[in-house]
Amino acid sequence: MSGPNSDYDPVEVTPLKAEEVEAARDAALAAIAAAADLEQLKTVRLDHVGDRSPLALANREIGALPPAARKEAGARVGQARGAVNKALGERQAVLETEHEARILVEEAVDVTLPVDRRPAGGRHPLTTGAELIADIFVAMGWEVAEGPVIEAEWLNFDALNLGPDHPARTMQDTFWTDPAENHLVLRTHTSPVQARTMLSRGVSEDAPIYVVCPGRVFRTDEYDATHSPMFHQVEGLAIDKGITMAHLKGTLDHFAGQMFGEGINTRFRPSYFPFTEPSAEVDLVCFVCRGTGLNDAGTDPCRTCRGEGWIEWGGCGMVNPRVLRACGIDADTYSGFAFGMGIERTLMFRHGLEDLRTLFEGDVRFTTAFGSEL
Amino acid sequence: MKAPVSWIKEYVDLPAEVTTEALTDRLTALGLKLEAIEAAGAGITGPLVIGRVLTQEKEPQKNGKVINWCTVDVGDANGTGEPQGIICGAHNFGPGDKVVVILPGGVLPGNFQISARKTYGHVSAGMICSAAELGLPDDGTHGIIVVPEDGPEPGTDARAFLGFGEEVIEFEINPDRAYALSLRGIAREAALGFEGTTYRDPALRETPAANGEGYPVVVDDATGCPLFVARTVSGFDASAPTPEFMTKRLEQAGMRSISLAVDITNYVMLETGRPIHGYDRDKLQGTIRVRRATEGEQMVTLDGAKRTLSAEDLVVTDDSGIIGLGGVMGGETTEMSETTTNVLIEAAHWEPVSMFRTGKRHKISSEAGKRNERGVDPTICEAAADRVVELLVQHGGATADGGVTVVGTAPASPTITIDATLPARLSGIDVPAADTVAHLRAIGADVVEGSEGTIAVTAPAWRPDLNDPYDLVEEVVRIVGYDQVPSVLPRRATGRGLTRGQQLRRRVGRTLAGSGLVEVVSFPFVGDDAWEKLGLAEDDPRRVTVKLANPLSAEAPAYTTTVLHGLLEAAGRNLGRGATGVALFETQIVAKPSESGAAPIYGVDRRPTEDEMAALFAAVPTQWTELGVVLAGEYERGGWWGAGRTAGWEEALATVRRLADELGVEITVQSAAVMPWHPGRCAQVSAGDVTLGFAGELHPNVCKAYGLPARSAAVALDLDTLISLAPDRTPGPVFSTMPQAKEDVALLVDADVTVAAVEAALREGAGELLESVRLFDVYTSEQLGADKKSLAFALRFRAADRTLTAEETAAARDAAVARATELTGANQRT
Repeated sequence: MSGPNSDYDPVEVTPLKAEEVEAARDAALAAIAAAADLEQLKTVRLDHVGDRSPLALANREIGALPPAARKEAGARVGQARGAVNKALGERQAVLETEHEARILVEEAVDVTLPVDRRPAGGRHPLTTGAELIADIFVAMGWEVAEGPVIEAEWLNFDALNLGPDHPARTMQDTFWTDPAENHLVLRTHTSPVQARTMLSRGVSEDAPIYVVCPGRVFRTDEYDATHSPMFHQVEGLAIDKGITMAHLKGTLDHFAGQMFGEGINTRFRPSYFPFTEPSAEVDLVCFVCRGTGLNDAGTDPCRTCRGEGWIEWGGCGMVNPRVLRACGIDADTYSGFAFGMGIERTLMFRHGLEDLRTLFEGDVRFTTAFGSEL
Repeated sequence: MKAPVSWIKEYVDLPAEVTTEALTDRLTALGLKLEAIEAAGAGITGPLVIGRVLTQEKEPQKNGKVINWCTVDVGDANGTGEPQGIICGAHNFGPGDKVVVILPGGVLPGNFQISARKTYGHVSAGMICSAAELGLPDDGTHGIIVVPEDGPEPGTDARAFLGFGEEVIEFEINPDRAYALSLRGIAREAALGFEGTTYRDPALRETPAANGEGYPVVVDDATGCPLFVARTVSGFDASAPTPEFMTKRLEQAGMRSISLAVDITNYVMLETGRPIHGYDRDKLQGTIRVRRATEGEQMVTLDGAKRTLSAEDLVVTDDSGIIGLGGVMGGETTEMSETTTNVLIEAAHWEPVSMFRTGKRHKISSEAGKRNERGVDPTICEAAADRVVELLVQHGGATADGGVTVVGTAPASPTITIDATLPARLSGIDVPAADTVAHLRAIGADVVEGSEGTIAVTAPAWRPDLNDPYDLVEEVVRIVGYDQVPSVLPRRATGRGLTRGQQLRRRVGRTLAGSGLVEVVSFPFVGDDAWEKLGLAEDDPRRVTVKLANPLSAEAPAYTTTVLHGLLEAAGRNLGRGATGVALFETQIVAKPSESGAAPIYGVDRRPTEDEMAALFAAVPTQWTELGVVLAGEYERGGWWGAGRTAGWEEALATVRRLADELGVEITVQSAAVMPWHPGRCAQVSAGDVTLGFAGELHPNVCKAYGLPARSAAVALDLDTLISLAPDRTPGPVFSTMPQAKEDVALLVDADVTVAAVEAALREGAGELLESVRLFDVYTSEQLGADKKSLAFALRFRAADRTLTAEETAAARDAAVARATELTGANQRT
């Protein structure tokens, strides 16, 4: 066999014998198989299929052969070159795959490294809690009404059947603005929003009122674990033809179920509020013991409801016709119901909060703990 | 209101199987809410007996104390009949007194085991008990309970005497149910709660008719005092003890025994609900007269307080002057004392509003006032007075005088006409008209059935709260049972969902939380301290606040005008608790005073007119939502990736821009110097010519005042305005897919030229081929000089319909630079 021809002269070339072509092919195949990486395969390619490789040279010599010999030699060399190129292609693919796989292995990182470059933010549970409540009502076709927190005395009290001499007025410890003769208060409940809604919107056959009013309210309570001078309420008002206490009960049962889980219903107890008549206190089936009054083991009183099986939730009733009259609604044609709950109180037992003050301290550990649950 | 169960049962025959729990459940369902059930004697077991002290030897001890070595006759209770030797440290009793003794084997509250033990050189076999040791309310002596001579005999079990086993129910009585501030009322409700039970009205009694012999009384103000009943007794023994049953019941009801005469008036008040006042008749001078006070008149009430009266106050007078603040509190000069022998009993009906105003004006809260201002049965004045007379005669040895004074008449209850189906229509419960009639009769109302299904209902005299048709509905429904109300969802709500503003406010919160900010909620109360910390000048408009007349704290007497104070305090609190950095936001409702003066007060018998409503709304202080952000300390943590980063003015502005982008509001910023920000690092944020607020680095003094690290940054924006500027509808964007042409330019400008000015000039000059311009570098060097800086901008050009040629792009770039040169003195660096 003639080795690589350093001083190539086509005139002098002689056709390769069949054995020599086979030998060159086998040598090439062996080298391809032995190539361990893409780098080695590149060398193999140069050596065995490059311009100076025996098979390339043999191919070139074919043209110099007598026509009778060309066909046979051509077929022989062509087959050999085909086999080598195929093997090269296959090997190339294998080695590339191996190479890529190795890179992926080498690029592995420790995924347990901390990635907390920016700490998480979060919205306050009083905000998200109020939104959760609003959404429950919006889903029923109610609207969300709002109003100012510094409010006219007439709207906070008089229009709601809390006249200046109403004993109930002393039940609410009111922040008055200075001078008190200006008749302005920090609203003691979100009820003035109801009055504003009735006054500004009115009610008609086609436009009944179904509004929910979440908002901030103020009372002169000393700040402690269960009292705060500022807290949040959500109130609801429905004014329509034919509204009954049954609608009030249905609405509150639905609200309780959405807020605390299916099957958590309410019960009414007679009570007194100037703006409603009849009035009721609303109790909620304890959503922890589900009304049994016992802890999980059944041995001790439930801690959430203190063994009562019920939790005091808020107040409600049929809107007092005196309120309707002051707000320009015909009490002979329309009736309505109203209800109100403390949002803090609702959150406190929904989440087992021990101290109301954690809601107002602004400690980020408190807010971020709620994530998106609320 | 506390009511002993045995006292309730005196007026109503409850079935034997009705437990106290069943009773309170039923009463709660009727509207008398159970507060607590108290059972005296809980935790006491073993022999607790009456004893008589036979001997008492005082034995001084080395420590200076004197102890009593007593022998006590406990009958056969100790098994031997021999006197029991007991050591006692208290001294408020003596030989011959009857006491309460617990013998060895007994247990006192707190699991205190009693045994015979050696002490002070004797074997003390038991203990002579005080009220506190038995878990009873102290009678004021802080000592041993001395049993009245007419009490049980020695050796008798003391439990019955002490009222043990007697349950006392505490009710929360709503203001409309004043009748339940009496045993008469509570028992009536109990009878209502258990069908078929008999009720005996303690105020139903034969009373002697009025006659001319009674003490002379004149009522000048029949509106304020429609009815005044006076009775007198003579020869009363003021030293007679209050009978044991009465003391005990008063105590159970939460009142202290004072003297027989006073105890009797209180007892009858608890029994009937009717407050009664007793005068020492010998101190009265001439005719009793009821009138309104003259403005500024003075008197001393029996609590010793000198009171200056208003012309609205009702007073009781005699020839000597004012002797009582009618219905609220008696006067000092005619008060009953230990020498009183002749008593005048006043049972008068007072107009509730006057009672309420007088009590409020003089800050007097009394049991009598509480009842009088809520409304008392006006028809039982004679009965109550007669009952007091009876008890004074029975227990005080008095003689009832024949004279009976009755001035005026009890006001009549209104008659309310309703459709008998109203309770059913309003409650959603199927209540037949006949049931409505029956239930209203059951509460004592007089019901007359009229035509077309109406009924005329006259409320019983003890129910002044029943004035409106709906009041009657509540009565019917509570008897049918609130638990009978079905649960039905209304079906007609057709709301339009959240308003755009409500949706965007949520969006703002989510955007900020999503960029790592934590929301806080603070109180809006501020004082001068806040303004000092924020560094606001004396004439800063933010110091003009809505002031509170009755703030909780004198240090924070105003409603805030800025979100920042509470927010910065919250940031400082977090850092004080060990946080290395905080990024907080808050939306606070802020306010400034209205200039429209006082808010009007209108009547409530009609809707205010449009003008009246406008005046009402205008008087309410202007209020809006301010969004605050504070970034203090570490903003990005350091870690294996490299060093951390502290937020500064630029993060504050980035937060503002992120928010504006989210809302689709185009904002501009310019330098401003406003406290509490650093005067050189504060941006005024505007949209068009509307100022939205400020953002930047906080003034170093402010950081110090709030305990924040240097370079902390803050934002305060008018969120309502920002949200109002959000576009309702964004036109769909149109953009070219032709190739982009890039040109970068470096411009040398004076150091005080703003990037915004250069950028605006470039935009203006580049014309419509310009797609975007963005500053990508700021370069300063000694070579450039301290008063110069080089700004590198990336200009991007694109045409809508063609590939731009190099010449077109260069021309646009040159035009941009030329405009920048013209407007800002920029020189292109090459």
